[in-house]
Amino acid sequence: MNFKTITTAVALVGASIALAACQGTAGYEPNPYDSMDGGIWSGYKTASVETQAMQNDDFENPAMPWVDAAAELYDKADGEANVSCADCHGAPDDETGGLKHIPMKGVGASYPAFDPETNKPINIEMRINQCRTKYQKAKAYKYESDEMLGMTGLVAMQSRGMERVSTADFPDDKLNAFWKKGEEFYYQRRGQLDLACSNCHEDNPGNMIRAERLSQGQSNGFPTYRLKWQKPGSLHRRFRGCNKNIRAQPYGYGSDEYMNLETYLAWRGRGLPIEAVSVRK
Amino acid sequence: MSNNIHHMVQMDRRQALKAAGAGVLALGFASTAHATPESAAAKLAELAGSAGSMSDKVTITLPEIAENGATVPVGITVDSPMTADNYVKQIHVFAEGNPSPETISFNMTPTGKAEVSTRIRLGKTQNVVVAAVMNDGSVLTAKKEVKVTIGGCGG
Amino acid sequence: MAKKPRVKLPKKAKAGDIVQVKTLASHKMETGNRKDKKGNKIPRLILNKFSCSVNGKELFGADMHPSVSANPYISFFFTAKESGKYEFKWTDDNGESIKVSKDMTVS
Repeated sequence: MNFKTITTAVALVGASIALAACQGTAGYEPNPYDSMDGGIWSGYKTASVETQAMQNDDFENPAMPWVDAAAELYDKADGEANVSCADCHGAPDDETGGLKHIPMKGVGASYPAFDPETNKPINIEMRINQCRTKYQKAKAYKYESDEMLGMTGLVAMQSRGMERVSTADFPDDKLNAFWKKGEEFYYQRRGQLDLACSNCHEDNPGNMIRAERLSQGQSNGFPTYRLKWQKPGSLHRRFRGCNKNIRAQPYGYGSDEYMNLETYLAWRGRGLPIEAVSVRK
Repeated sequence: MSNNIHHMVQMDRRQALKAAGAGVLALGFASTAHATPESAAAKLAELAGSAGSMSDKVTITLPEIAENGATVPVGITVDSPMTADNYVKQIHVFAEGNPSPETISFNMTPTGKAEVSTRIRLGKTQNVVVAAVMNDGSVLTAKKEVKVTIGGCGG
Repeated sequence: MAKKPRVKLPKKAKAGDIVQVKTLASHKMETGNRKDKKGNKIPRLILNKFSCSVNGKELFGADMHPSVSANPYISFFFTAKESGKYEFKWTDDNGESIKVSKDMTVS
C-alpha cells in the first residue's frame, strides 16, 4: 500500500465517520443552517486572527483567571453540608465523575437539560446553583457574578471540542415544548426596530451590519470573553444585549423566555464543537 | 459661539497631532503642551530630543482594523542583538488620539530578544507611535495607523 | 473571588535558550475617565507597574497607564541563564501588589 492509497483509505473512513455523525445528529426537524451556503459555522470563523489567537492559547485567553479562581472554589468545601464540587464529581476533568459518577465532561455539549424538579429546561448556571443550594446548602451564586462565570466556564470547558447534541426537536423529548417556544421567540419580530433573531442570524449571517459582520448567533462558545465587555459574560447577557440593540425590553437572566431560546439555540448549533471559554470582539 | 471655540480647540489638537506625526515626536510636541497632557508631551520631547528618527529597525504589529478598541493587541520588535553593549533599554508606546497618549513603557535588560506584546485601548482611529530608547541614548521610532470602528451591534 | 494572574514560563530550559514569558493579570484597569450611572466620576484604579525578577535581580518591567486594556497581558523574552525563583509582581495605584512566583531550572 503506497502513501496515496493509505490517505484515500483514511479519507474514506473519515467520510463514513462524518456521514455516521451526520446521521447521528440528524433530528426530527432539519437544521435551517444545513441547507445554507457554507453550512453551519461558529463565530470563531469570522473573528480576526488576533482574536482567534487570544482564544487559541489559555495563557492568552483573558477569561482564564476567572476559570482558575473557579477551579479553586470547585475544590473548596462550602455551605452547611461542608462539601466541595470535587467531593461528589471528582476533578473537573475526571471522566468517571467521582463519587457520584457524574462527570463534568459532556455537560457543556448537552445542556440545557430537562429538570424534573421544576419541569423546565435547566442550564449550567442553574444546575450549579441547584447543587449549591440543595447539596452544599450554600448560597446561590448571582447569575452574572465572577464566581458563576468562572464556574460555568470551568464546567463548559471540559467539553471543548465535543460536538453539541440536542434532540429537543423530537416530539417525545421532554424539552420539546420549550424548544417550540424558543423557536417561536427566535422568529418573533420585536422591539422598536421590529427585528427577529432570524432576520440577522438566519437571513444574513456573514453579511455586514454597519461595521460588523453578523454571526449565526451560535452558543457554542459561551460563556465568552468579549473584548467589548472586557470580561467573560453569559449567553443570557448576550441575549439582553441583542434585545437592547433592537430596542426591545430585555428579559431577565435565567428567565423562561431566555431558557427556551437557549434550548432552541443549542439545537440549532448541533454538531458545532464546544469552544468555551471563547474570545469574541 | 462656544461651539465654535470648542471646534477650534479640536482643530488645533488635530493639526498639532498631525504635525507631531509628520515631525515624528522630535519637533511637534513642544508646541502642543496645551493639547496633550503635559506629562506625555514632556516625556515625548525628552525621549525624542533631536536624536529621534523613524527607523525600520522598529516593527509594530497591529491589526489594520481593531475588532474592538477596548482590547487591541500590539506587538513591538526592535532589531537589536540585546547584548550588554548594544541593547534596547526602553520601549515606549503612545496612542496619539487617546485622552492620555502615554500607554505603556517596557523596561528591558540585555537578554533574550527585543520583542514584546501587550493589549491597549484605542478610543478612535489613530496612530500608535513607538519610541525605542537604546542603551547609547539614541531613540528609534515607528508608527502605525489602526482603524477603530465604533457602532454595529456590539450588544 | 480572588483571581490570580496567569504566567506561562517553562519549568526547564537549556542555558542560552530564548524563553518566552506570557503574563495575564485580572484587573479592571479603571481609567478614571468613566462616570457611573449617577454621573459621578469613577476614580482611577489601575495596575501601574509590572516587574519580573530572577533571584532578586530585575529582568524586565513595565510602567502601565490607563490606556492599557483591562486584564493586562504582557509577553516578553529572555535568555535562560540562571535557575531559581522567577518573581512576577503587579502593583496598583494604592501601592498594593500581587505576586506570582515560578521556579525554572536551567541546565
